[in-house]
Amino acid sequence: MEDLTQQAKSVHAQFDEHLDLDVDAIESRLETLVSKYRIPPEEAQRSLIENYREEADLNHDDLDPRSNNHVDVATIDEDEQWIDVRVKVVELWEPRSDAIAQVGLLGDESGRIKFVSFATSDLAELEEDSVYELSNVVTDEYEGRYSIKLNRTTSITEIEEDIEPGNDHDDQTGALVDIQRGSGLVKRCPTDDCTRVLQNGRCSEHGEVDGEFDLRIKGVLDDGTTVQEVIFDCEQTEELTDITLDRAKEIARDKLDTGAVLERMEPDIVGRYFEVTGPKFGRYLLVDEFEQLGALSADEALEQLEVTA
Amino acid sequence: MSQSQPSRSVARRVFATEFNDITYTFKESDEERAPVYGLLPTGERANRVFIAGTLTETQDVGGDSEYWQGRVVDPTDTFFVYAGQYQPEAAAMLREAEPPVYVSIVGKPRTYETDDGEMNVSIRPESISIIDDDTRDRWVVETALQTVERAEKADEHPTEYATMADEQYAITPSAYSESALDVLEEMEESHD
Repeated sequence: MEDLTQQAKSVHAQFDEHLDLDVDAIESRLETLVSKYRIPPEEAQRSLIENYREEADLNHDDLDPRSNNHVDVATIDEDEQWIDVRVKVVELWEPRSDAIAQVGLLGDESGRIKFVSFATSDLAELEEDSVYELSNVVTDEYEGRYSIKLNRTTSITEIEEDIEPGNDHDDQTGALVDIQRGSGLVKRCPTDDCTRVLQNGRCSEHGEVDGEFDLRIKGVLDDGTTVQEVIFDCEQTEELTDITLDRAKEIARDKLDTGAVLERMEPDIVGRYFEVTGPKFGRYLLVDEFEQLGALSADEALEQLEVTA
Repeated sequence: MSQSQPSRSVARRVFATEFNDITYTFKESDEERAPVYGLLPTGERANRVFIAGTLTETQDVGGDSEYWQGRVVDPTDTFFVYAGQYQPEAAAMLREAEPPVYVSIVGKPRTYETDDGEMNVSIRPESISIIDDDTRDRWVVETALQTVERAEKADEHPTEYATMADEQYAITPSAYSESALDVLEEMEESHD
């Protein structure tokens, strides 16, 4: 139970200064509550914290809300970590499902990240442009993109200071040396908020479903010293390849093969130079803008070398 | 960044003269599937290369099954590329290409010993693309810059690969650096 270990560590950290606790012991108490008494993990954690708080004779205010790792959102690169963040609400989006209370974009000086809070967690609503200290949120990963999930144990404290959310757009130049599996005309799971790309008509989460067509290119840009994985979404792929989603569907229909679309696209884009910009999510740079690059001037190259020589 | 994913080998930019001088290859682990590196004389390891040039000639040199050879010429020398049944897309490309035409190639260096004991090196392509002259020119300038940078690094801050190159090869990194500068100067003149 990876989650319980994380939760136990989070509880342990909160009482580190007050009680002599052992992570394994906390985990085993959590385990009992969850497996034997069928209490949801967040609720189990909350009730344990309440227990320990009384045991330590502490007030709610005495507990260090920043006991977790306080992290910058741009550095989040691991799934299922319990962390604290200090963020501004950049944007709130319309939830696509009743299960979701709020969804949107948070930002701190380092960058921006998507967040979700669930109706069942019963949390106070976040307001756009307000700044909050959020403790006990969990990181989540999907296709290399990271987000954070608020949960029942999350504490939300509005703070006065303002934050200028960073723009973590990256810029990368290189030759497109490879296109990875799952590129071209793909089908996505139509289930609310899922959108996973199907493999042989199956979603890894929802099984066999009627997928919805989409275009994307997952590729590798290589500048001779580093490699960067990049994703072109539907709009960017259409611009990159000059093949629209409708045209791609026609090609697939004519050839009775969705793979025919990528075969048509590849010869025009592999082995050429591009400059792309966009936000980085984990391993991937999500392309917002790109440009195919032409010749470099030998003149400038020589000048550059004389400067460094 | 998380280290869970084994990182992909970078594609080195290398001119044909330097590439063809690769005679030494090595592995960095005993595992069977461990990557094989060609040692560049400028003191860097290369498991993958990205090259561009003029495809001047193609030929099926296979016996029972197709095995396509392509000659790709850059400003310094000729790369030899071989694609057979295990590189069907690259083989098809060579079969259908109508030389002369500019191509860029992503591939792996492969060495083999000839009957008279000489080491030869060729490219096993992962992809071959037909490109325009701007892309080819960009590659030439980029490759010249990176060759000079590698040679400078080997001279000023030698890595273990630079030391290895010093032991394995008679020609020094600076020779490749000078040849790269010549390429840039020729390009500059031809544009005047």
